[in-house]
Amino acid sequence: MKNNHLWRKTKSALASAASFVCALLVIAPLALVFLHLLRSGASAVNWSFFTELPKPVGVAGGGMVNAIVGSLELLGLAALVGVPVGVLGGVYLAEYGTVRGNWLLRFVADVLNGVPSIIWGVVVYGLVVLRFKSFSAYAGGLALGFIMIPLIMRTTEEVLLLVPAGYREASLALGISRWKTIVHIVMKTALKGIVTAILLALARVAGETAPLLFTAFGNRFWNHDLSEPIAALPLQIFSYAISPYDDWHRQAWAGALVLVVMIFFVNILVRFLTRERVARVL
Amino acid sequence: MESAAIIDPPMITPVSLPQQQVTSDSGSADVAPERPHAFAVERLSIFYGEKKAIEDVTLTIPSKMITAIIGPSGCGKSTLLRSLNRMHELVPNTRIEGKVLFAGKDIYAPEVDPVVIRRRIGMVFQKSNPFPTMSIAENVLVGLKLNGVRDRAFLRERLEQSLRMAALWDEVKDDLHKPGISLSGGQQQRLCIARAVAVEPEVLLMDEPASALDPIATAKIEELIHELSSNYTVVIVTHNMQQAGRCSDYTAFLYLGRLIEFASTTKIFTNPSERQTEDYITGRFG
Repeated sequence: MKNNHLWRKTKSALASAASFVCALLVIAPLALVFLHLLRSGASAVNWSFFTELPKPVGVAGGGMVNAIVGSLELLGLAALVGVPVGVLGGVYLAEYGTVRGNWLLRFVADVLNGVPSIIWGVVVYGLVVLRFKSFSAYAGGLALGFIMIPLIMRTTEEVLLLVPAGYREASLALGISRWKTIVHIVMKTALKGIVTAILLALARVAGETAPLLFTAFGNRFWNHDLSEPIAALPLQIFSYAISPYDDWHRQAWAGALVLVVMIFFVNILVRFLTRERVARVL
Repeated sequence: MESAAIIDPPMITPVSLPQQQVTSDSGSADVAPERPHAFAVERLSIFYGEKKAIEDVTLTIPSKMITAIIGPSGCGKSTLLRSLNRMHELVPNTRIEGKVLFAGKDIYAPEVDPVVIRRRIGMVFQKSNPFPTMSIAENVLVGLKLNGVRDRAFLRERLEQSLRMAALWDEVKDDLHKPGISLSGGQQQRLCIARAVAVEPEVLLMDEPASALDPIATAKIEELIHELSSNYTVVIVTHNMQQAGRCSDYTAFLYLGRLIEFASTTKIFTNPSERQTEDYITGRFG
């Protein structure tokens, strides 16, 4: 009996240790990547990195300001596509759809969420770039926007369904119309969740490179017209990383570091918002 | 706010028990015809999908009186209440047969917009549900604001008037900007009543409004219901028979979706015509 007890305790300790090691294995890559980025990229993150255009080949220094601004422009364009369609799609799923229609819609959205992002690049290449015979910021924004739609749609649906039915009933019983109830009561109650959905989707597409290869294309100079190719941080990192120059490699590391830090802060913001929401509504 | 014209809360007039006026003692609608009625429910049946929740109910609900609907759980009393302002339609696949006449018009006629019906027939729910994103004042005024009322002086006046009607003004007048959900349970329920009366409905439907409250808060709500009945037709669902006995003028007893008996509350509780009513009232089942 006593041995048996000891053996059980040993098994329990082994299982605990194994799950602890697995948890470490999850965290370790993030820590390692971040440390490596800091070591390799921190030295190239300086004032001129954020203020100067790329220098010609062979000239040291320069920065990626056009890529940073370009990424923000692309995210803005993507949000114009992804936010209205995604949020309203989520509203449809949560508030209007029929059981069978919703099943189909959710299935499609989930499949789309799993589509490799390069496919979106190819789709937009065919839809926009070939037709207008030019790579453009519009095409890049559209490709990123397409990726955002199913992400935002599903999360919006989930946070809207978290709003207790009692609030909808209370509003309708006041003689408030259905759409005003949805906009002013349900969406307002779930606003932080919806903002979270949007931010997470933006953070996800901010680092996308593949869909931009055939659409935004990249640009070593300022983009003055959104129907022209535009620089983006991930694209710039890609082209610098495969270049043969040490100085460009350092800048690629710096670009990667800046991108990761940006996404990191968005995630912190999301954490902050979701904690508030849980405390207030649920 | 202090200078705003204060509209006095409705005078508390002792509601005379109308047992003298009820002469008939048949099992169905037996409200004296001379008393004006708010609702006339005619042969109403309600289905959820295949399930029949209400079967062939006919009754008239008197105006500016308190009518209680009692009966064991699952007897359809909430469904009957919700059918009076078409709230039961929020459940998919509902179907009705028969008519519900409100002020002489069928609220289920095809040209009738349920939104308009609900503006005239307000509702208070079992679980108090002030909107969590809104302050006390915003909660009270939301029905008016979302229906396009912009006049600030009018809104301010209606805010105080509604909170006074709900007997909440003195407790919250200094905290109008605080979140509605910061109030206690009983206060929240009175806030919901203030919110419902702010749009000036003609009827208040109450679905077990005090069942989640402690006895003191319940007493306050019951007193309030009594006061409200001088201005409103009140229909209250309750599974608390003492509550029905204490605060209603008429009582409808529902069992398995059928109306067993409808009469003055005094009669239902002292001299019911139906055996089933008596059994339920005396606690032999239910």
